[in-house]
Amino acid sequence: MPAPLISYANVAKTFDDGRVVAVDDVSLDVAEGEFLAIVGGSGSGKTTLLRLANRLIEADRGTITVEGEDIGSVDPIGLRRRIGYVFQNGGLFPHIAVAGNIGITPKLLGTPADEIAARVDELLDLVRLDRERHRDRLPHELSGGQRQRVGVARALAARPRIVLMDEPFGALDPLTRDALGDDFRALHDKLGLTTVMITHDMTEAILLADRIAVMRGGKLLAEGTPAGLSNRGDAYVDELLNTPRRQAERLGALLPRHGAA
Amino acid sequence: MSILSDPRWSEALGHLPDYLGNHVRVSVTALALGLAVSLPLAILSRHRPVLRAALLGIASVVQTVPGLALLALFYPLLLALAALSLSWFGVSFSAFGFLPSVLALALYSMLPVLRNTITGLQGVDAALLEAAQGVGMTPRQSLFTVELPLALPVMMAGIRTAAVWVIGTATLSTPIGQTSLGNYIFAGLQTQNWVFVLFGCLAAAALALAVDQLLALIEDGLRLRSRLRIALGAVAIASLVVATLLPAIGRSSASYAVGAKTFTEQYVLSALIRQRLQAAGLAASSREGLGSNVIFDALAANDIDVYIDYSGTLWANQFHHSDIKPRETVLAELKTTLAAQNITLLGQLGFENAYALVMPRKRAEQLGIRTVADLASRAPAMSVAADYEFFSRPEWAGLRKVYGLSFRAQRQMQPDFMYAAVASGEVDVIAGYTSDGLIAKYDLVVLDDVRHAIPPYDAMVLLAPKRAGDNKLRNALQPLLGKINIATMREANLRAAGNDATSSPDAVAKWLSEKIGLK
Repeated sequence: MPAPLISYANVAKTFDDGRVVAVDDVSLDVAEGEFLAIVGGSGSGKTTLLRLANRLIEADRGTITVEGEDIGSVDPIGLRRRIGYVFQNGGLFPHIAVAGNIGITPKLLGTPADEIAARVDELLDLVRLDRERHRDRLPHELSGGQRQRVGVARALAARPRIVLMDEPFGALDPLTRDALGDDFRALHDKLGLTTVMITHDMTEAILLADRIAVMRGGKLLAEGTPAGLSNRGDAYVDELLNTPRRQAERLGALLPRHGAA
Repeated sequence: MSILSDPRWSEALGHLPDYLGNHVRVSVTALALGLAVSLPLAILSRHRPVLRAALLGIASVVQTVPGLALLALFYPLLLALAALSLSWFGVSFSAFGFLPSVLALALYSMLPVLRNTITGLQGVDAALLEAAQGVGMTPRQSLFTVELPLALPVMMAGIRTAAVWVIGTATLSTPIGQTSLGNYIFAGLQTQNWVFVLFGCLAAAALALAVDQLLALIEDGLRLRSRLRIALGAVAIASLVVATLLPAIGRSSASYAVGAKTFTEQYVLSALIRQRLQAAGLAASSREGLGSNVIFDALAANDIDVYIDYSGTLWANQFHHSDIKPRETVLAELKTTLAAQNITLLGQLGFENAYALVMPRKRAEQLGIRTVADLASRAPAMSVAADYEFFSRPEWAGLRKVYGLSFRAQRQMQPDFMYAAVASGEVDVIAGYTSDGLIAKYDLVVLDDVRHAIPPYDAMVLLAPKRAGDNKLRNALQPLLGKINIATMREANLRAAGNDATSSPDAVAKWLSEKIGLK
């Protein structure tokens, strides 16, 4: 088995002088090319776990390695520039046009302007946005789905091997969400990315991810493929899996297979 | 005569390059200094709550100090600093006019800039700060590419508020010797020249509006990323500054500065001195509207060259004597004391402008009051009004002690209004000035100070230390000495209190010249 691209070893993080335990002794490996979903409710520690990987949050204990390096000993700015990050509501800078938002990390890296411009057009194609129509718009002129596509393009701009996604599709309507999820999964496969995605939605995790990690109360409760998780025997994990299963069954019964009767 | 054809408009217009130029210089310098201090402080304090609270606290306290008081406080402070610097490093600087005004106004500009910059930076969405970090920005890159641009509209609103405040408050720098558009307002208020007051207000308002709009243009440019707008706004402000600097470059620095305090007689006498100097071929300019505590120090520090003061004022205020001595003794002692500071007492003009208790002649006759002593028994049922400084002056303490005076109520008012107030019965007695023309105009009577509670107030010409051996100056002013008697000065003051074209200090000074036989 190849060395994992991201590896957490006995990682812990508390807030408010130890009063709030966010991540409690978590060990977790993410293999190269893998799409991992971290699932959990609010306060489960999943967002903290994600942010520890690019040092948006610093760990109290344990070791995190990315691409074989202990991140505690690398420059956090450089680390963040080589890891793509997709924020919850896009996190686009409202005063900067789409092209500027997408090209921000290459610009910070000192890439020449003409190369950035070419890369921006390439990325707009990749996330299926029309170059001419969207390049010079400001974020508030876009729909929620378009904003999140720009967010994905921005994360990919500096050709990272790793993409971290913080509930990227949570605020979108179901159709957009579905389309965007599928599009991203296709990009993940096409570009050979290693992706860690946070979601509170088990259905989304099952449909997109290769492997699912379940967090609760700061602890890593279970991890495995969707099929592997279902015969784990943990009550909480079972409940998380049963909901989509029941919904699927009811939907199957309620909806006629070929359009309106 | 219609108000617009009043020749005082063109007289006011004539002063505009000088007043406006100085006003712009002092405001722009103060604003630049204020921004240079406030912006970095605000940015520095954005992650430091204690520093932030301290800064905003101090700036708020400064804001509660009235503008005039803040300006006035900087003068003695700088004077002390200048003395220190002279004794320690052998270099002195002028604590008069420009420097204290700039410092006080800069301090005054800090609150809106600090508050809006801090508020603007705090208002930036935390998710965007995280995004800036997440895409790999350093704290500095985050500040300049994300935080400041997003905070800019709020910051610019603060800067614009500061600019308007500074330009407005700069009109108050006149009493500490900084020429500004306030010269119109102070002079106009004192000489009842409403054209000047109006002109000064309009000019200051127009300047404030213009600067505000130019800053708005720059703000739009920054927001819309329009280099054209930024450039237009910046060029307009720069050319405003350059245009106002030009007249100053042409002005001779060798010119004599004639000081004047903040009342009509002083404006007339300083105009008279200026005319005498110009007639003798000497360049002269006026520094008008100086506070009476500022003007003496300004002379001693060579910031002005000549002015008229009154023996009793120096005796009681400047040298803190509380005993009242005969006129000749006071003059002799003053001459010695002044000489010790290298100030020349050139001589007396020939009249006295003393404080005196004044009331309507008819009322005084009805009540049988002829002297201050007669007034004492009636005073508890009466009200008294005086200018802003009288009740804290030793003369008032002296009057109360010597005559046991105690009034039912005391009020402070603008000197030019108190004569009308006592004539109409709104107050019973006022502390007026013996040389004031309004005493005759309103048929008032000066109550005799039979027990000499008030010292003599001979008007006298004082020369700055550096002008001690200046014979041209002495020769030009010599003809004035002993020539102006009380009746002449009263009439001059009455003329100056009129509200038409012949009542400007310059016109009255010309009349006075002719009256005392000078050409």
